[in-house]
Amino acid sequence: MYLNRRQIMAGSGALLGAGLIGGQAQAQDLEPNTWEEITNYNNFYEFGTGKDDPAAHAHMMTTEPWEIVVDGLVDNPGTYSFAEIMEGMTVEERIYRLRCVEAWSMVVPWNGFELADLLEGVGVQDGAQYVAFETLNRPEEMPGLRFPVLEWPYREGLRLDEAMHPLTIMATGLYGEPMPNQNGAPIRLVVPWKYGFKSIKSIVRITLTADQPLASWNMAQPREYGFYSNVNPNVDHPRWSQATERRIGGGLFASRQDTLMFNGYEDEVASLYEGMDLSEFF
Amino acid sequence: MLVDRINRGLRLVPPWALYIVGAAWAAWLFYLGATGGLGVEPIEALEHEYGEIALQLVILGLVVTPLRQIAGINAFKFRRAIGVVAFFYVLAHFLVWALLDVQSLSRVWADIVDRPYITIGMAGFALLIPLAVTSNNLSVRRMGAAAWRKLHKLVYPAALLGAVHYVWLAKGFQLEPMIYLAVVLGLLALRLPVIRTRLAS
Repeated sequence: MYLNRRQIMAGSGALLGAGLIGGQAQAQDLEPNTWEEITNYNNFYEFGTGKDDPAAHAHMMTTEPWEIVVDGLVDNPGTYSFAEIMEGMTVEERIYRLRCVEAWSMVVPWNGFELADLLEGVGVQDGAQYVAFETLNRPEEMPGLRFPVLEWPYREGLRLDEAMHPLTIMATGLYGEPMPNQNGAPIRLVVPWKYGFKSIKSIVRITLTADQPLASWNMAQPREYGFYSNVNPNVDHPRWSQATERRIGGGLFASRQDTLMFNGYEDEVASLYEGMDLSEFF
Repeated sequence: MLVDRINRGLRLVPPWALYIVGAAWAAWLFYLGATGGLGVEPIEALEHEYGEIALQLVILGLVVTPLRQIAGINAFKFRRAIGVVAFFYVLAHFLVWALLDVQSLSRVWADIVDRPYITIGMAGFALLIPLAVTSNNLSVRRMGAAAWRKLHKLVYPAALLGAVHYVWLAKGFQLEPMIYLAVVLGLLALRLPVIRTRLAS
């Protein structure tokens, strides 16, 4: 249809760009967590607040058919099927660190495409400054929605330049397999330099806005979860330190490791926040 | 009838059985954590298991008196064992947190000072230490029964601190910690003089 920037570019430049990023990720020699670890230790409160709840209950979620409403300040608003969204998108593997705000971390081999490609396809209008996202809100398939842990539906947002950054992907799989439900099937956001809760799962709505959108955790506890929520070892969560993290999979006697600025993507993303006081805009 | 049968059954169980079961269960959980049986993040899992069992046991200890007042069931001979085992679960919870989770003395101290939910958790733990130390007949004799009973009322604030600690560390608005807090508040309310005299009459 029209989501085909990659094809117009004949793939070469785009793949080169992806190759550079992929090369950086590989150069950091990241050893991915196992499939079992990635799919059995999740926060997806729509299925319960326990780490094993998503793996236990997410099979109830219907992911086929799947539609995403794209609206707000775009040239081509509408309701797109998952297949229409995927048309012309180049899916690649991106091995990224994932750092949860709870001070644990993983390395995940995602499959996905750059969010920038999708946004260019729908035509971002002048005046759009932010991208807002919403998660599926279907109580009969999501038992966790019975409890007002957060104000549902789950919402998240990015500044437009963050959303357009080549590291920001829409992920549709991991380890080359279709995205498991508990990891945010069929399509989720992955923003590797921000705490995990920014990478919203099972997306049903994407809205381009002029104003900073609502974000669920920020609405619930603004002092604890800022809109930016960039991984930052020097800015503690009010209730725990963010200086170190525990890598999942090390067992009962695993050592903590130091948390990296911007989760190790400082070279790529620090320029987005030049001149901002990161302890104020946390 | 049923009450008599329960009381007869309780008389058959020796209190030391609680120590055996409590120690065996803690060791079993540790073994599970070390061998993958508690999932891919066993440190947090073990920490939570020990903490939750500790809170459940503290609550169980607070149930003994109203159980006799309201239902006529006499479990007093277990109360000391319940309290001591509860204390050891709090200790285990603390040790997992300090040694396996935080892994550094300076950070442990910083957390206790900086983080209110840890501060109150530690305060609750500290309140239980004199109770654990005096949980023996010699202490009762030395202190005198009245003073001993007064000291052991510290379990009331300790239970409250433990429950608030749990509510406070939950992300978002979660039900389970609220239920624990409600149960603790209910059991403490039964100790209010106005309610106690009504139960006794």
